Amino acid sequence: MKNKFLSLLTIASLSVASLLGFTSCGSDADDKDTLVVLNYGKYIESDVLKRFQEETGINVKYEEYESVEDMYAKYKAGSINYDVICTSDYMIETMRLEDELIPIDYSTIPNYSNIDKDIIEASAAFDPKHQYTVPYFYGTVGILYNTNMVDEDTVSSWDCLWDPDYRNQIVMINSQRDAFMVALEKLGYDINTTDTGELKEAYDLLCKEKSLIYAYLQDETYECMISEDAAMAVCYSGEAAMGMEYNEDLAYTVPKEGGNLWIDSWFVPRTCKHYDAAMKWIDFMCQEEAATENFEYVWYATPNTKVAAHEDAETLADETVFPTKETLSRCKLYEAYDNDTLDYTTNLWKRLKAY
Amino acid sequence: MINKMRTSFLATPYAIWVMICTILPLFYILGYALTNDAGSFTLSNLTAIADPVHLKSLWLSIRVAFFTTAICLLLAYPVALILHNLKLTNKGLVVFLFILPMWMNFMLRILAWQIILSNNGILNSILSTLGLPTLHILYTETAVTLGMVYDFLPYMILPIYNALSKINDQVVEAAADLGANWWTTFTKVTLPLSKDGIISGIIMVFVPALSSFVVSNLLGGGKVLLIGNVIEQEFTLARNWNLGSGLSIILMIFVLLSMSVMNKVDDSENGGMPV
Repeated sequence: MKNKFLSLLTIASLSVASLLGFTSCGSDADDKDTLVVLNYGKYIESDVLKRFQEETGINVKYEEYESVEDMYAKYKAGSINYDVICTSDYMIETMRLEDELIPIDYSTIPNYSNIDKDIIEASAAFDPKHQYTVPYFYGTVGILYNTNMVDEDTVSSWDCLWDPDYRNQIVMINSQRDAFMVALEKLGYDINTTDTGELKEAYDLLCKEKSLIYAYLQDETYECMISEDAAMAVCYSGEAAMGMEYNEDLAYTVPKEGGNLWIDSWFVPRTCKHYDAAMKWIDFMCQEEAATENFEYVWYATPNTKVAAHEDAETLADETVFPTKETLSRCKLYEAYDNDTLDYTTNLWKRLKAY
Repeated sequence: MINKMRTSFLATPYAIWVMICTILPLFYILGYALTNDAGSFTLSNLTAIADPVHLKSLWLSIRVAFFTTAICLLLAYPVALILHNLKLTNKGLVVFLFILPMWMNFMLRILAWQIILSNNGILNSILSTLGLPTLHILYTETAVTLGMVYDFLPYMILPIYNALSKINDQVVEAAADLGANWWTTFTKVTLPLSKDGIISGIIMVFVPALSSFVVSNLLGGGKVLLIGNVIEQEFTLARNWNLGSGLSIILMIFVLLSMSVMNKVDDSENGGMPV
């Protein structure tokens, strides 16, 4: 009797445990009138999403991903027909070169006029004829540091990430392209180099750094910095701004060697089944109120010129959120890698993780 | 005859489930593993295990799984023994308490370890208050092993406890009557009779520990690359499903090997024992 009770308990708990693991597997039917949106995680104010559905009567199936590479893998898996996607510059270029994009009909997007002309101009790097993309947010990659643990001078160069004094106090960015960017800048090479020798040197440098770092993190970086588990972290500007909201000792800088300027934009992929609804979605994202709400949620620089009217002087002067012209002059956009270079760096990245 | 037909009829839903959710995916994986991205036959996805990176990850996985299993066994056996010897009327309740944590999502429980082990975490706060040097545990191999021990411990306790419960008390009494002391009784009677439980416990801990990748993602900080992480990254980051499948097959072979070794141990030493 006792044993029966025991085995029942075991079975019950095992099945509960396995159920918990499988909850995400439930498949929802592909609704004909549902717009399928794919965006970075934590990259929209949920109220904006709700308002879009109420105002337009369009149902939205909203999906999220963590890194650019995840997005590409999800898209390429082909099991879901995405209607509109937001992702970063160099991946948009990759997909443009693969002929995966559909031109945007800008005449149906009146709010496109709210978008900063300079940012549209900068988008030429991945959308040379300005026909496929609408900018959503932009920012830089730099160092978020704790002013009580590190002084400003130290973090003015990427060299600080190789300083043995900060063993176990350094958080490195858990993203292939950005990690290589840091090493390439330190070496004085172009961040878009495809030279295997230069990339190999960057890899060797990153291997040397691995023994010093606390962890490779991405979404958890700012939490780690808020709780002062580390002295400095390579991260995106918006993540830095978020961390600085919660801990006054944190500061952000783009080291003197320079860094990366990125622009996340909306585009319509070949799999789109609801083109008109997708245009409405993009237009809604460019709307003054929606853009303001989104900005106040994600804290990345917004290309929407109407948002400034809603923000106080302190926010607008915040160089972490809105990089200065001087900072931007040191930053470059990524260019898409050709397949060989992509495979080469992906392999180096795997070797680094196993190192 | 009719009886047999009736029972096999009842097994139909299970058979369908196994077909769709176990057999079919296995063939898919095999299909991917034996082809390249152009779709032609190749063995290179299997031989890729010889790549130093993959060998290193596999070795690391085996090491972590081995220590996890060993520590689980060392912790679980005394617990199961104490539990068994407790003179409680409702032992079910005590066992229930051991299973209870498993009802909570395992990700949450692992995330709690992040808070405990981080540089400024609970453990280091306690240590520095006591004037002791702080420890760097989070985002190391030690943290990953610790997380796995914590997660898999109930899977070791329960089968051992079950095996101990099956031992007839009179056998132990007989040993005492014949003059055996506690230690002799334990090594000559209790331990051999609970071997089945130990072996299923080892299998239930070693196998998931060998293929796990979630614990190392959360507690390894991207620095501890287990073979499970390599496979995961081949499917997501590198978009190389063929290589990911090939390495999965190799991992499955390792799992089967370790299980058959355990079963061998079970058979050979079980020879003349009354079970």
